[in-house]
Amino acid sequence: MADSVDVKKGLPANPEKATLEGKNKFLGMFVFLAGETTMFATFFGTYLGLRSGTASGPEPADLFQLPLVFIMTMILLTSSLTSVLATYAMKKNQFGKLKLWMWVTFLLGVTFLSLEIYEFVEYYEHGLGYTSSAFASSFYTLVGLHGAHVLFGLGWILLLLLRNRSRGITLYNAPKFYAFALYWHFIDLVWVFIFTVVYLMGIGG
Amino acid sequence: MAENLNQPFEESAMNKEEKRKLNREQRIQVIAFAFMIGITILAFLAVGAEGIPTIFTTPFILLLALVQLIIQLYYFMHLKDKDHGWPSSFMISGLVLAAPMIVALIMLLGVVKY
Repeated sequence: MADSVDVKKGLPANPEKATLEGKNKFLGMFVFLAGETTMFATFFGTYLGLRSGTASGPEPADLFQLPLVFIMTMILLTSSLTSVLATYAMKKNQFGKLKLWMWVTFLLGVTFLSLEIYEFVEYYEHGLGYTSSAFASSFYTLVGLHGAHVLFGLGWILLLLLRNRSRGITLYNAPKFYAFALYWHFIDLVWVFIFTVVYLMGIGG
Repeated sequence: MAENLNQPFEESAMNKEEKRKLNREQRIQVIAFAFMIGITILAFLAVGAEGIPTIFTTPFILLLALVQLIIQLYYFMHLKDKDHGWPSSFMISGLVLAAPMIVALIMLLGVVKY
């Protein structure tokens, strides 16, 4: 496949899948994400099974604040859009725009993570320690696992941006940026279910 | 081929038609995003508003989450595109496995509320 791409004319229309290596990265990313889906399913199942076990400690409805969750959701959803815009800039060979949108994604991710840490500290001060109740441990494990994924994604994109800061879009780094965008959408997707199942159902369901 | 993998390109090889298509797709993505924001606000309103019974809220917000799942997978992660047969089958198998796992765990943990 790799030799069938004519690179003399310029950047191919789909640079992330122009080489065999890129195609493998693309497919491998989806295998990974399918595995992640089942892993998150076990954490969601555990949380749903244990969420009423509050052991006379704080309950979801006492702790969760709709405005904070709403702001966090908006930030993460927007970062999904900015990473999509980055991949479009990549396909059009606009390296400056790609970097700009990826940096915006990074900053939105950092803001989200800071809010999540603030939220955990707040809950801890309200008496929800990790071992307070079955609800507490399953909540911290599920939301913390998502937070850990965000942290990992932030490290990933930071390294990509620093390593490729002056390289331009090549057939070697385009699949890497694209794989990150796929990962970031998945993180966003998991958050959609967290805010629905954990927060909204915790407050009103 | 292999030696110029690390070479940036002066310009894009896309012709006008391909560029137009890409721009249109990008516009659709922005609209899909606006739609997602809309249904997110709807989900928060359904929970935040007074006087809406829980029996309605829970299935409603779960349905909205499902719509978001489809938009993210098919538009943002491009599963609707032609060359995404294998990724689609991977993701669908993941979801098919995930659903009974969630149900089984809830039942194993002895929740009788549902």
